[in-house]
Amino acid sequence: MAKELFIKRYWKMLKRPTSVALGLILLFGFAAGIIFWGGFNTSMEMSNKEEFCIGCHEMKDNVYEEYKSTIHYSNRSGVRAICSDCHVPKEWGPKMVRKIQASKELWGKIAGTIDTREKFLDHRLEMAEREWARMKANDSQECRNCHNFEFMDYSEQSNRAFTLHEKAQKNGQTCIDCHKGIAHELPDMSHVDGWGG
Amino acid sequence: MSTHLHLKSPSKFLKSFLTVIAVCLSFGAFADGTSLRGGVLNEEAPAPALKKILETDGNLDRQFVDQPPLIPHDIRGYQVDKNVNKCLSCHSWKNAKKWNAPRISVTHFKNRDGKVLADVAPGRYFCLQCHVPQVDAKPLIENKFKPVESLD
Repeated sequence: MAKELFIKRYWKMLKRPTSVALGLILLFGFAAGIIFWGGFNTSMEMSNKEEFCIGCHEMKDNVYEEYKSTIHYSNRSGVRAICSDCHVPKEWGPKMVRKIQASKELWGKIAGTIDTREKFLDHRLEMAEREWARMKANDSQECRNCHNFEFMDYSEQSNRAFTLHEKAQKNGQTCIDCHKGIAHELPDMSHVDGWGG
Repeated sequence: MSTHLHLKSPSKFLKSFLTVIAVCLSFGAFADGTSLRGGVLNEEAPAPALKKILETDGNLDRQFVDQPPLIPHDIRGYQVDKNVNKCLSCHSWKNAKKWNAPRISVTHFKNRDGKVLADVAPGRYFCLQCHVPQVDAKPLIENKFKPVESLD
């Protein structure tokens, strides 16, 4: 009898909370939201850092080592493009999609799919083709975050570059169609369109 | 002149040795050890500043008849190995038209026995063994070299 009364009373309290309790709940919810969202974004940012990417030797000993001699690592003005600048979209939606896809890479890490240089080279073409396809599909968006056709001053380019860029723009081509292997070594290209022979 | 000069007649040897010394002394360059590049030979000269690669839209002129054509553009990071030949991705017969680039010479299809192959001969695969880019550098020693008239 007394127990039932307690439940009833409790239910009543939940049904008609005092305004103070309501305020408290809102306040806690708000604070928790900020903390959760902030934490989520911070961890997203953390996993976009160069140190995070080269935290595993598969990246550090292969692609990172090759990238160090290229213009996106070291150049006259000191502006750099790190791993995530090219390989992770900036917009929230596509970024989440890419991050979820990256969980497969975690599985690869556990299974040791590319844990030696030989294994890495064996998989290089497959991995490169996947990345080329991704860039082709989003019109090389990560390149264009910095290199934008609209803001390119063709008069500053050599005739050779200018002519080809103009042609590419007309034909609706995208950066990665021509600029493959600019930051990492290329796989066997004998069967890749426009490269073989 | 005897080949056993210093064994058979030491005085003769001494004479020729002194002659050599005298000849050396008469060349100022050897006497004080100055290098033709400036600086003294036994001291390391400061490295000259790095120079920029020469980029032109046309071709760089040949200086002698058999000179392999020079590369008139930067080739930083160009990969030439068993996987890919970055040079041929524009200059091969298959790709040159698309890029409006000069094609490699047909002589490059011949192997060293003179046999014509279906593709670039392995001995010709490494382009940079003969073809090189240029920097805007003055000759170390002034000279009067001029290409033959037919190339001028």
